[in-house]
This record gives sequence, structure tokens and C-alpha cells, in this order.
Amino acid sequence: MAEIELQDIRKSFGAVEVIKGVSLEVKTGEFMVFVGPSGCGKSTLLRLIAGLEDITSGRLLFDGELVNALSPSKRGIAMVFQSYALYPHMKVYDNMAFGMKLGGSDKDEIRKRVLKSAEMLQITPLLDRLPKQLSGGQRQRVAIGRAIVRDPKVFLFDEPLSNLDAALRVATRIEIARLHESMHNTTMIYVTHDQVEAMTLADRICVLRDGIVEQVGTPIELYERPQSLFVAGFIGSPQMNFLSKQFAEPYRAHTLGVRAEHLKVDRNGATWKGEVIHSENLGADSYVYVDIGSQDPICVRQSGNSTFHPGDRIGFSPVSDKLLHRFDVSGRPLGA
Amino acid sequence: MATEAIGTLVVSAPREASELKAQRVRAAMWFLVPMLIALAVVAAWPLLRTIYFGFTDTTLNNLYGGEWIGFENYLSWRVLSSGDIRWRGILADPNWWGAVRNTVYFAVISVSLETILGMVVALVLNAEFKGRGIVRAAILIPWAIPTIVSARMWGWMLNDQYGILNDILLKLGLISEKIAWAASADTAMTAILIVDVWKTTPFMALLILAGLQMIPRDIYEAAKIDGVHPVKTFFQITLPLVRPAVMVAVIFRTLDALRIFDLVYLLTPNSSATKTMSVIARENLIDFNKFGYGSAQSTLLFMLIAIFVIFYIWLGRVNLSGEGSR
Amino acid sequence: MMKYLKWTSFYALVAVIVVIAVFPFYYAVITSFKSGTALFRITYWPERLDLSNYFSVLTGRNFPISIWNSIFVATLTVVFALSLAVTGSYALSRVQFRGRGLILMTILAVSMFPQIAVLAGVFELVRFLGIFNTPWALILSYTIFTLPFTVWVLTTFMRELPIEIEEAAIVDGANPWVIITQVFMPMMWPALVTTGLLAFIAAWNEFLFALTFTSSETTRTTPVAIALLSGASEQEIPWGNIMAASVIVTVPLVVLVLIFQRKIISGLTAGGVKG
Repeated sequence: MAEIELQDIRKSFGAVEVIKGVSLEVKTGEFMVFVGPSGCGKSTLLRLIAGLEDITSGRLLFDGELVNALSPSKRGIAMVFQSYALYPHMKVYDNMAFGMKLGGSDKDEIRKRVLKSAEMLQITPLLDRLPKQLSGGQRQRVAIGRAIVRDPKVFLFDEPLSNLDAALRVATRIEIARLHESMHNTTMIYVTHDQVEAMTLADRICVLRDGIVEQVGTPIELYERPQSLFVAGFIGSPQMNFLSKQFAEPYRAHTLGVRAEHLKVDRNGATWKGEVIHSENLGADSYVYVDIGSQDPICVRQSGNSTFHPGDRIGFSPVSDKLLHRFDVSGRPLGA
Repeated sequence: MATEAIGTLVVSAPREASELKAQRVRAAMWFLVPMLIALAVVAAWPLLRTIYFGFTDTTLNNLYGGEWIGFENYLSWRVLSSGDIRWRGILADPNWWGAVRNTVYFAVISVSLETILGMVVALVLNAEFKGRGIVRAAILIPWAIPTIVSARMWGWMLNDQYGILNDILLKLGLISEKIAWAASADTAMTAILIVDVWKTTPFMALLILAGLQMIPRDIYEAAKIDGVHPVKTFFQITLPLVRPAVMVAVIFRTLDALRIFDLVYLLTPNSSATKTMSVIARENLIDFNKFGYGSAQSTLLFMLIAIFVIFYIWLGRVNLSGEGSR
Repeated sequence: MMKYLKWTSFYALVAVIVVIAVFPFYYAVITSFKSGTALFRITYWPERLDLSNYFSVLTGRNFPISIWNSIFVATLTVVFALSLAVTGSYALSRVQFRGRGLILMTILAVSMFPQIAVLAGVFELVRFLGIFNTPWALILSYTIFTLPFTVWVLTTFMRELPIEIEEAAIVDGANPWVIITQVFMPMMWPALVTTGLLAFIAAWNEFLFALTFTSSETTRTTPVAIALLSGASEQEIPWGNIMAASVIVTVPLVVLVLIFQRKIISGLTAGGVKG
């Protein structure tokens, strides 16, 4: 139960400034995802919030209180690490109980909380095992369980799914989402480079690039109304198609963006025509890549199996003009 | 800690180390102090005292009765009535220079042999073959044996009357009469070298092996596919890549070789052909009662090693900065 | 044909290496089983197993005492060095502070001191403290090489421990002391064993300080005791006894080293290569 406020946070490592003035508010109970390409500073920002790194300048407030100088264990946070970071020589029970033991809690109180947390994550049968006897997914659940036991005001996740294989990633993602639903008073901040995780888990997303905030908003806001070329190209898979020069001019924009799923094949009166250079059939959808003479091939989505092959000539048009994104020379969106 | 919000303007908090960082640095200091005190007591202080004694005429029997004589231990001269100049002191002492010669000779030869042979053994151990474990275990044995045991063991094997080495060499027709390896001045250094190379090659081999094992196997496979001759592979690929590890091993070994004492004292005692700087310094310190003189000799050896170490660190810095960030 | 030739010459080389490495000790063992005139006949294979050398060495006054002295000195030296080194190496490997590099360099430099350079100074110190000719003189002076070595190797090992586990402990509220004792040391005990073993071997084998700071038969350590083993008369060197004593002292060491081979090799190279 904490509202987190970042006021002009800056972080430098020596002479290199990594976080360049981030101001942000995370509402109580919100699931906020920090997302961005490698090196954008999202992990650093998380660690600043955790207290594992010093803030170079700026203020960090939890529920209105300045916490810059507080050590992590006093901030009321819990953290789930990318590599789980379980204590290898301790059994699962002891891993989860460690924090409370250090805090001098009563043994019965500890037992109660550990069992409750284990129950929540369905890891009760694993309590007597050592981490090395567990699978990756189980270890991650123990890591989350350890965090729950701390009864934190803020949950911090540092790319927790990166080390899991694809199927496990989806399953654990769902568990995290359910966790958030059952603990709706606990603020959660989640760092990932995977925009699918961001879109599916977040109440709000904060897109970071090069140490600054590009945009903050709900997943839908970012998808429908990206405030910069960068966000438009980062959110949504496959990446938004960008057209420039002679293709964007008719729309009075420097750059025109349109998503693959907002294009439809048009036999008559197609807006753009070109030659198919590649197609990907994924079962439920297909993606056809067309060379229309622009810098990059355009990706068009088709339902089901595509009937197009490399070499075919194809025409396509936007589904609706309202779904086109127009950007000016500096990458800012032009009026609707 | 003053922060003020003036209207909508917020002045950011001054840069202060967080509680966490301060706590950790404080703990680090507490952790290091005992260790540093211990080192000061057993290393720094005695070293300074040794250097001090080098400037005095202290004797072993009367440690506190020495008087300051400046550089006299090192070098002094007296003009005789005849006009001749009589030089005294370590730097004019032929025994000292003999010891220096022995030490340097020993260091150069032993390190060279140990590096070459160590490289051979390392290459063998790097290859995958059945029984590799046995070979690795076998070469650890010379390293594990205490120097005193090696000295006595080899002393027995090199014995002129009953030594097995003479026996083998005679039987093979390589020598015509028994050699007193350790006792005779001509062969004493050779005896020392034989034992030291035997003892230390395993250590060199292990260090070089560690360096060899860091070379990815893919490179060798690529070379094989390209049909590069194995000898060329060694000189053009292996050697350059293993050079850093070899250099480290060579430096460590050279430092060890320059300060050698045990083997020389035990195998060829009182042999001026093998007396090293450490041996002669101790001789003066303890046996000859010339505590101040011996201390000065110890100081000279220390300085030689210090120059070497500084050179090594400088070389390391140059390497590190040459190869990129640290 | 070429391949067969290469293969045999390789294995010949292997055989040569193994024989050269092992033969001297083997020969010492054979010799230890000979006594009297048998000693002076050169044989390559064991003939009879004559235990009289062992008997004489083990029932004499000095040798068993020297073994006890060596064990005492080496053990205490290692315990002392490890306790200082564990906390020191945590500070040097996991905490950022100014001057860290300098301290590391200093430690490396101290390990390169020639022992003779401090002999005079330690001699005076030992006399001053009144511990001359006691094991304490050795325990004190051995610190000059066991401490830098253990610090250096443990620092290298501790650097490798995952940072995230330490951070998880910090988030759990652990202070540095708790991190060292409850998180790192249990994770590091193989490294501690290895380092301890290597330091033990170094202390066990030490000769110069042991020779200089002990003057009576009851305080000598094993290397010095063996060195001073003398026979009935001035001229007679008791080779049989010397070999027996040597074997007694070496066999446990060799066994320990063989058991802990892998760990020792990684410890040695951690100290060497990564340095």
C-alpha cells in the first residue's frame, strides 16, 4: 500500500549519466511496468527504487516520505530477481523465512506467514527441498514466495521471466497476474524488455529510452496513441510499419505509421502495391512482407493461412484512415 | 538534509550516500583493520627494522648494542698510508657478487627450463586421452613433497657413492666415473637445478594449463578444418593466446627463484658455487654474528625484488590499459 | 602408419613424464625399507620390507614431537589467517571504496617479499616478545605469507559469488556480518577448505623461519627435524632413517593432495592466473 513518487531522479555512474531526470508517479496498488530496449535504464531505475543503488540527485518518495537515504530493508520493499537469487545452501522454508528471522520475528509468526505464502503459490510440498532440487519454474515461485513473506508495500520484479523457457514464461506470467489480483493493495513495479509481458500484465506502462521516460500510459493508450515514433515502433508485435518520403507526403506527415493488423489486402483500388518477398504462416495468422519501393518491406497481417507466395503481386490498404499514425519531423504525433 | 518546496519549484536533496552504502563502507573498514594491523606487525615493521639494522653494526649476540654506521655495511673505503684504497662492504665483497651471480644464473636457467618443460607437460595434459587423471595426479607429487624431503631424496639419488643416478648413467655409458653431484663445485649448481626443475615444473605446468584451457576448442577445430599444420597451430595460435598466462607464471616463478633458500641450504650447504643471496644473508646474520651486515644484504635482495615487482605491476598496468577498460 | 607412430610417441612421452615425477619418491620409499649394508646396494625394486628404520625414527624422542609441533603450528597459522582473511576479502571483493586497489596491490606485494628481508626484523620482534624458541614465534612469522595468500585467493573466489544473492540478502535486511557468516561462508566452504589446505601445506613445509627461530629439539618442526637427523657418528648419515622420516611426513601430504586435486589446482590457478 504505497504510492511511489519519483521527482527528477538522476543517476550517474562516474561520469556517465544513466538516468537523466525521470519524474513519475506510481499509484497505490498499481501494476506498473518499466519497459524499453537494453541499456535504457529500466533495471537501474528499479534498483534505485529498491535502494540497491544511490540516487545521484532527485527525490524518491514512498507515501509522501523521502526515502533516498533509507536502506532497502527499511523501505518496505521486496524484490524478485532475474536469476531467482535463492540462497543455495538453505531449504526453501529457510529461504523464505530468512528475512523475518533477521528481523527478530517470533518463530510461530514466521511459520504462519511462510505457510500462507507457500499455499498461495502452491509450493507447500517443496518447503523441505534445496533450490538445486527444483526446476526453474519452481525456483521462480519460491523467489516470489520469499518476497510475499516480507509483506511488502512494494513488489519489485527485475525481468523475472527471462530465464524461463517460452511455455513456462506464459504460465508464470499468468500466475503473476493472478497474484496481483489477489493482492490488489500492493504496488508492483515490473521490469522487462518484452513488450508482450508489458502489455499483458500492466495497469500502466512506462516506456524508457536512454534514461528518460518516453511515455507513460495504459497499454491501450500506448498502443492506440503513441506519443513518439519510438513508442509507436516499440509497442505492438509485429513492429508498426513506417513509411516516409513519397509515401507519407500524401498524408502531410514526415513519417506515416500503420500496424500490420490494420492493413487489409485490397484487390481493387489498393493504396499500396508491391511484390511479396516473404510470408510467415503462424497458423492463426499470417504475415506477408511486401516490397512497395519504400525503405523497408511492409508487413501485412492476414487471418488464417496466407495464399500469397514470394513473387506474387499484391495490393493492400489501411482498414481505416483513423488507424493511421502521422508523425512530424521530430517523431511527435500530428493532430488526429 | 534540507529540502524545500518553494511553490512548485522543488530543490532536490543534496547528494548524500544512502544508509546502505555508508553501512557497507563502515563494515569494510572494520573488516580490513585487523588484517592490515597483522600485516603491519609481521611484514611492514620487521622490514623497516631490517633496513634499519642494515645501517648499523649490530651483532647477533647484542641486538640492542649496535651503532649507526650509515652506508658502511654497503660500501666503505679507507685510504692507506701507501696511497692504496681499500674497499670494504657488501658491494666490494666478492662473496656477495658470487651470490648474486649464482642467484641470477639460477633464476634464469631454472625459470627457462621450467617454462619450456611446463609447457610440454601442459600441452600433454590439455590433450584428451585415457589416463589423463593419472598423469595429473602424478605430477602433483613433486609439488606436494616438502623441500626438505626433496633435498634429502635427491641428495641420496645424487650421492656419489651410492647414488642411483650415477648408477644409471654409468650403466648407460654416459659417464665414465661417479660424479659427486652435490659436493663438487662444478656440478653443484646442476644438482640444484635438477631438483628445482623437478619440483617446480608441475606448478608451471598447472598455471600454463589453466591458460591453455581458456582457449576455446573451436579455434583448434577451425584450424584443423583449414588444414593448418600442428606445429604452426602451436606457434601461431596457441602460443599468442596463452602468452598472458605464461607471463604471469614466469613472473611468479622468477620472484620465487630470486629468493630461494631452502633447497640450496639443504642440498649443497657451504658451497660457494650455489650460495644464493638469501643463503649468504642468513649466513652473515646468524652464523657469522654480523647482524647488521646480513641485514644490509637482506635489504639489497629486497630492493632487487621490489624493482622487479614494480616492473611487473607497471607491465600489468600497461597491458590492462592497452587492452581496454578495467 | 603415421598415426600409430604419433600415438606411441605421445604415450611414450606420457610415460616418461609419469616416471620422472614419481620415481624419486618411489625410490625413497624403497630405501626406507632397507637398513644396514642393504642401503649401500643399489636396487630398483623392493626386496624385503625391513621396518627397522621406521621403528627407530618413531621411537626416537625428536621426530614424533616435531610432527606434533608442525601440526600445531600449521593448524593455528591457518585458523588465524583464514579468520582474518574471510572478512578482509569480503571488504576487498564486494564493497566499493577508495583505496581498494591500493590495498590489493599492497597485499600482492607483501606476498612477494623475500623471507630473508624480514628475518632480521622478525628475529628482533620474537626476542622482544619473549617467544623465541616457541611455536608462537612460527605462528606469528608464518602470517607473512599465509595471510596475503589466503586473502588473495579468497578475494578471487568471493568476487565470483553472484551479486544478486547478496542483494537478496540486503533486501532481507542482512548487514555485512550476517552476509558473510550466514550467506557467503556456507556457499564458499569448498574454497575455504582448499585455501586452508594450501596454506597448511605452505606452513608445514616452511624451513627458514623454523630453522632460525627454534633452537631445541622439543620445539623444532618436522622439516628442521629431518634436516638435522644425524647418525651415531660424525661421518655417518643415517640415510635409511632419513628416508623413513621423509616417507612418514610425505605420505599424508600426498594423500591429501591427491584427494583434493581438483580443488587445489583451481586454488593455485586462481591465485596465479587471475592475479
